[in-house]
Amino acid sequence: MKAHLTRRYMFSASHRLHSDEMSEEENRAIYGKCNNPYGHGHNYMLEVTVSGPVNDDTGMVCSLADLDGFVHKQILEHYDHQNLSMLQEFGRQVPTTENLCIAIYEIVNRGFRKAHLEKVRIEETMMNSFEYSGENGT
Amino acid sequence: MVYLTRKAEFSASHYYHNPKFTPDENARVFGKCNNPNGHGHNYTLEVTVKGAVDPKSGFVVDLKELKDIMSREVLDALDHRFLNKEVPEFYTKIPTTENIAIAIWQRLAPKLTAAQLHRVRVYETPDLFVDVYGDDFYGEA
Repeated sequence: MKAHLTRRYMFSASHRLHSDEMSEEENRAIYGKCNNPYGHGHNYMLEVTVSGPVNDDTGMVCSLADLDGFVHKQILEHYDHQNLSMLQEFGRQVPTTENLCIAIYEIVNRGFRKAHLEKVRIEETMMNSFEYSGENGT
Repeated sequence: MVYLTRKAEFSASHYYHNPKFTPDENARVFGKCNNPNGHGHNYTLEVTVKGAVDPKSGFVVDLKELKDIMSREVLDALDHRFLNKEVPEFYTKIPTTENIAIAIWQRLAPKLTAAQLHRVRVYETPDLFVDVYGDDFYGEA
């Protein structure tokens, strides 16, 4: 029997949306307030959904301690209270929540082996959210 | 196809324990959840059904009927209960959120005839929830 387990986490970070491939004016036009050179921040709500057969001995898809341990060490310690625009992965990419979603999906998908990663979902604010299920995802 | 979701809440206690494990293993695997006196949660249940909209009623399903089935089949059995001791599914299975979601699916699926069950979601806390879908049963449902 299979189940999908979702865990929610929060982290706070700042960013500035700015693309070197566009002029200052274009950047301002496209990103508006998000292009403020000093950056701005959000409380990001992260949802990680994993799936798999429910283990008969534990009744679980995977140990929550394992999932929490991985996400805390690999994601929250990396992103919480950071300026995303200063991080290596966003040196060439704009730290939109779309790109952040893909970056987090790739880290979990590559490193977490205890269950199958279904989806990463991020709420940037209460009003907008982003989901990524991999290149072949729906 | 339209999807309709109805929410409900129930409060229950449980603990995690596998009689095949040693006390040390139980403590290591289940941590605080292994306390034999149990602990409780306010669970939120979301039941999603799908179907075509009936041209006469404009409904996917009669909400009152869905509500009644959820109350009778799930809430009456689980609300304000010690799951390990009072709900037959959990005499042998550990009442994790995964197994609770599966048990609720199995209770509802045969009773819901007016619409097709699409998803059962159970929140143990706002930060932890489990979904089960029909495809997850590998033909067992």
